[in-house]
Amino acid sequence: MKGFYYLLGVVAIGSGVALWYEAQRPAGTAPAGSPTPVAATDGFRGFTLGSDTARVEVTEYSDLECPFCAQFATVQMPVIREQLIATGRVRWRFRDFPLPGHQYSRYAALVAQCAGEQGRFWEMHDQLFFHHQWAQTGKNPRGLFRSFARDAGLDLAKYDACVDAQRYAGRIQASVEEGTALGVNGTPTFFINGRRYQGRSTSDAFKAAVDSLTKSRK
Amino acid sequence: MRQRQAIALLALVGLFVALYLWLYKIGIIGTLQCGVGACEQVQTSRYADLFGVPVAFYGVVGYAVLLTVALLGLRPRLLAERRVTLALAALATVGVVVSLYLTYLELFVIHAICRWCVGSAVIVTAIWVVALSAVRRSM
Repeated sequence: MKGFYYLLGVVAIGSGVALWYEAQRPAGTAPAGSPTPVAATDGFRGFTLGSDTARVEVTEYSDLECPFCAQFATVQMPVIREQLIATGRVRWRFRDFPLPGHQYSRYAALVAQCAGEQGRFWEMHDQLFFHHQWAQTGKNPRGLFRSFARDAGLDLAKYDACVDAQRYAGRIQASVEEGTALGVNGTPTFFINGRRYQGRSTSDAFKAAVDSLTKSRK
Repeated sequence: MRQRQAIALLALVGLFVALYLWLYKIGIIGTLQCGVGACEQVQTSRYADLFGVPVAFYGVVGYAVLLTVALLGLRPRLLAERRVTLALAALATVGVVVSLYLTYLELFVIHAICRWCVGSAVIVTAIWVVALSAVRRSM
């Protein structure tokens, strides 16, 4: 009987160590570490939400791995969508600005772009921000992102082909270069009608800024 | 006694296999060591979740229960207890039925095979065979 418990202990410890090793192991083909094709921009200006005729346009430079961006997207953005975007007052433009210190932000930007190819950028944007625990684990999120893609209603075969080919890496790089040229050095950074917004990142502050802009134009 | 020991050992191995798949599902493990097969395709399919919970987690719970019952059944005062034998057989039967259904999904719906899932199916089938032989012996 003693021998049995000894064997059980050996199996438990051996398997536990193997699992721990797997959890620590850096991802074999880390998507973020892949070389990015140099900006082969196609003139893409970012995904937008809201009316094309809105008088105010807010451009957001964002990093999908950034916790402040996630907080903004999950706490403030729903109110902004309801009060400013759905009412036709604001058009929101999303620009990628993956920060170099974030291991998977460029990969996340890539999968969001691939969702955008199928007309579901904002659904994927929400999946990535509302399930942001992936950004804290530091583990390869490839499988998790594929689950997000499925939940966002994407055709997974097309998604895989797009992500594996890094089809929109050039767009992302172009967006980073554009942001850098505009002086963006952190995320989220906002521009309202082309002018850098220095106010607080809250729905109330955005509403006040938009109110003052639309009043001054009346 | 030998059968319960075998079931405990197999359930422990199965527990770690299920734990491995579950840790992958919740993002603790980045990539699956899959070799031949399409583990990611299976694990990210819509069939990998049931009622919002990863199927692998049900596996973790199932194997943990089997392991616990088998270990309890090894206590001297329960060694001759037939109800433990029947409980193990019942639990293993549920596991085999679920594994059969999941293997069917892999082969005919998802069209991809996850070697860890196949491994789990083999383990639970072995537990079932051992548990049934224990029931026969107890009759």
